[in-house]
Formats: sequence, C-alpha cells, structure tokens
Amino acid sequence: MVPTNYYLILSAMIFTIGAVGVLSRRNALIIFMCVEMMLNSVNLTLIAFSRQWDNLNGQAFVFIVMAVAAAEVAVGLAILIAHTHHSKSTNIDDVNVMKW
Amino acid sequence: MNNASLELNIVALAPAASMVIFALLVMAVDVFARGTRTQPVRAATPWVALLGVLVTAGVCVWLLGQPVTTFQGMAILDRYSLGIAFVVLVAAGLSILVSARYIPRVNAQVGEYYALILLISAGMMMMGAATDLIVVFLALETFSLGLYILAGLRRSDAMSSEAAMKYFLLGAFASGFFVYGAALVYGATGATQFEQIAAMATNPATDLTFIYPGIALLIVGFGFKVSLVPFHMWTPDVYQGAPTPVTAFMSAATKAAAFAAFYRVFLVALPSQQAVWGPALATLAVLTMTLGNLAALRQSSLKRLLAYSSISHAGYILVGLAAGSIAGVEASLFYLLSYAFMNIGAFAVVTLLEKQGEMDADGARLRGLGQRKPLLAAVMAIFMFSLAGVPPFAGFFAKFFVFAAAVQGGMSWLAAIAMLNSAIGAYYYLRVTVVMYFNAPDAETVSEVKSNWPLNVGIGVALAFTILLGVFPSLWTTLMESGVVTALALR
Repeated sequence: MVPTNYYLILSAMIFTIGAVGVLSRRNALIIFMCVEMMLNSVNLTLIAFSRQWDNLNGQAFVFIVMAVAAAEVAVGLAILIAHTHHSKSTNIDDVNVMKW
Repeated sequence: MNNASLELNIVALAPAASMVIFALLVMAVDVFARGTRTQPVRAATPWVALLGVLVTAGVCVWLLGQPVTTFQGMAILDRYSLGIAFVVLVAAGLSILVSARYIPRVNAQVGEYYALILLISAGMMMMGAATDLIVVFLALETFSLGLYILAGLRRSDAMSSEAAMKYFLLGAFASGFFVYGAALVYGATGATQFEQIAAMATNPATDLTFIYPGIALLIVGFGFKVSLVPFHMWTPDVYQGAPTPVTAFMSAATKAAAFAAFYRVFLVALPSQQAVWGPALATLAVLTMTLGNLAALRQSSLKRLLAYSSISHAGYILVGLAAGSIAGVEASLFYLLSYAFMNIGAFAVVTLLEKQGEMDADGARLRGLGQRKPLLAAVMAIFMFSLAGVPPFAGFFAKFFVFAAAVQGGMSWLAAIAMLNSAIGAYYYLRVTVVMYFNAPDAETVSEVKSNWPLNVGIGVALAFTILLGVFPSLWTTLMESGVVTALALR
C-alpha cells in the first residue's frame, strides 16, 4: 500500500503549482484552470485521508467539491464572457477600470 | 454513524427551505409575467420576495425553542443559527425594499434578481446552522456563487462586470484555500463534524501535525469572505462596481454568514487550539481595523468609503472572536444586527444621491445637503453617527459590547487599539456630516432627489432600528443570551 504521505506531498505540490499559477498567469481562463487544479489537489488529499481513516466523510466531501467546482465553472465562464464584451480580451491586466 | 437510526428533523431546515420555496415562486411569477408581457404581474416580484422574507421570519420566530439537529448532526437549529438567520433576513428585506425601484432602472431582468437574493439568503442561513465542515463549504459556495452573479448584474456596465470578474477570481482562489484547510483538519482528526473534531483534537493519542496548517488555511478562507486585511483587496472594487442595493446586501449579510460559521468552527470544533488561533486572530483584527480606517480617510467615492469602513467593522467584530468567550459571541451577534440596519441605511441614502445611470456617488454631492435637503441630511448624519459609534445609536452599544468582551477575555490591549481605531473612524464619518452641514451647496450638490416609497420605507425601518437598538439594546441581547450558551454548550 502506498503510504498516505506520498499522496499528501503530491497533492501539496499540485496545490502549490495551482496557487502560483493563479498569482503569476495573466489569462483569466488559465487562472480559472489553476483554481480547478487547486480544488482537485484538495480532492486527492481528501481521498488519501479518507483511506487512512477508513471512513467515508472524505469521499462524500469530494463529491461536494466536484459539484461546487462544476457550478463555479458555469458562473465563472458567464462572468468572463460578460467581461470580455467590455474589454475584448481575457487578459486580467485589462481588468483595470477601477484601481486595485 | 452507520448504525444510528436515521435522524431527519427536516424542520431544522425550515427557514432555508422556506426561502428556497419563495425563490422558486418568484421565478415562476417572473416567467409567467414574461410570456404575457403583463407589467403589473412582473412588478409583483419584489413583493413576493418580501413576503418570503416575512414568512421566513415568522417561521424563525415559531421555531425558537430547543435546539434541533438534523442529518446526523450535520446542521443544527438553535438560537444562534436563528439569530444569524434573522440578521440575514433583515439584510435581505431591507435590500429588497431599496432595490424595488432601483434594479429595474439598471437591469431589465427583475425576477432572477429577487430569486437570487432569496437563494443566497438560504445559503447564508445554512452557514449559521452548519455543524459540519462539508455543510460549511457547501453553504459558503452557495451564497458566494450567487453574489458573484449579483455583483455583475448590470452587464452593460464595465465597472459592474469588472467587479464580478474580480470577485469571482479571488473568491474561487480563496475557496480553494478554505477547502484545503477543511481537508487538513479532517486529515488530522478523521472527522468533519465539529463535535467529533473537538473530541479528537483534545485526545492525546491524535497526531495533530496537520491541524495547524489546516487552521491557518481556514482563517485565509474565512478572512477573504469577511474581508480581513490582508485578504481584503477585492472589497473596495467589488463594493464600488456592484449595483448599490447589492453592495448593501453583500456588506451586511455576507459578514453575518461568514462570521457565523467562522465562530462556530473555531469555538466549537477547535477550542483546544485557541492558544494558536487566538493571537493570530487578534493580530488580524488589529491589522484590519487600522488599515481599513486609514484607507477610508482618503476616499472620495461614498461607496469606496463605506467599503473601507466595512473592512474596519470586520476588524471590530473579529475582536469578539479573538476574545474567545460567550460574551464575545453575543457581542458580535449584536454587532452584526446593528451593522445590518445602519450600513444598509447608509447605502440606501447613497442610492438617492446617485445621478441617473450612475451606480456611485462622490462625496462632493453632499456639500451643503443640510440646507438643500434637511431631512435626508439628518438621516444620513444619524447613520454616520451610528457607524462611528456615537451614543445613543446602535453602533455605540455594538462597539461597547465587543470591547467589553475583549477586556473580560483578558485582551485589554486589543480593546485599547480598537478604541483608538474608533477615534480614527469617527474622523471620516463625522467629516461626512461636516460636509453636509458646514459647506455651502455648489454645482456638485444634489439638487433633486428621486425618492420612492419602498426606499423610504426601507430607510425608515433601518433608521427606526438604528435608534431603537441604541436605546434598548436588551431587545436583542435577552433574546440571544440563552441561545449562544446552548450553541457553545456543544463543546
């Protein structure tokens, strides 16, 4: 059996890659994908813990996270399209009508 | 857990369920009205939504009593959750009144707006009722997704869709941190239910390595939602870009919902780690109050001013949690309720100062308002005094209770910093009043105010309770006292 720590290290790495991607990429779609990657790395963590503790809470949590991620995509893409109508680009450097 | 008899007290979910039912009703009314193009029916949507808020408030009063748990202890209906539900209902009801004539002006899709307000409120009520990390996450996302849409409600406006975009990207990023934190707490304790987490966390046999990063990540997730410094960057932009009634709703209701779960997670599930998170939250409270107030000093847009003021108020409320006592929770609940009345009232006045087609008002519009519109200026002055914490308005007792709880909890230094901050805050709230009464009106001043009766009713109710809660704070505190004790008896 693969030790739980291996899964945890892998998912922490994926989470970090996702977080760094959100902070460094400029394309809103790619930022979006990085967020999805973060959520999926958490799913891996949850599954690993679920196996370690031998209970189903973690797996139930994963289903909820996946459902939420799907809803987030639906809302997020709609917002992105609405915004692209104004700025004609998906670069978040163009999200600058109001000062940050 | 598996062999327990199925415990389904659906009644515990009645407040949220009632909101969802009325949301569906609003959508149905809207759809049927749309087909026939009957304007009178369509105009009824806000009133159906308001009826939903009132019916749900009735359900909440009817349910006051013994705590009821549901779905194997995943959610609970107690006075604490009903108190939060009540704050959310106040925010939703007042925002619906403010929106009734405003939203048709900025966006034609009326039905969805009210349905979303009700659905978001249902999610927020679940935040107060959740006793399981899974439910907290689900409720958090339910209301957040709705708020992203509401922020971008006015699609034709570049600022509104930009607000939605910023709120969405940063919000999704923050929920990633939140869910990672929840996963690590689950990993450390093997449980997602608060009581079981608390039991495992005090068990010396448990390896608690993962619980500390978990707590840190949960603080990031919640900190984003209640806009604590340094996770506040989105707040001014989103508050400024969103339609004003949405901003009003967001500022009061989101704080109530997010703080509700924040309190329950930390005080019920993780009380044994208070030595770790207590000082961390106290530090965040100091940063939030100070930076929020200092940034508010130099704002000219009224909505940005109120946005930074709302950041500093999040800091004051957090003082109550940092105190980590029952008195702190009670004080914060009172704060959230007072804040809902006075802040939505202030935003409602801002909607009156906006010019046609605008969704923001500059502070210059207030110059000499005391001469041009004495009544409006007086109302605005009362909301500003209350936000500043001047007696005899609600904001005074809100601050007083929170600071007193901090002193009782042995954090006098925190109370002292909070009081200094109130003084800084008083400067910019009172400056608004000075501009209204001691400056001469000029070309910028509002000369014509298009008021309407739902908005007037909304402002009237907000004003009445801002004063009433300031004179008789016991109206609310006696109702909640016993409730908070039961909520925390869970540990």
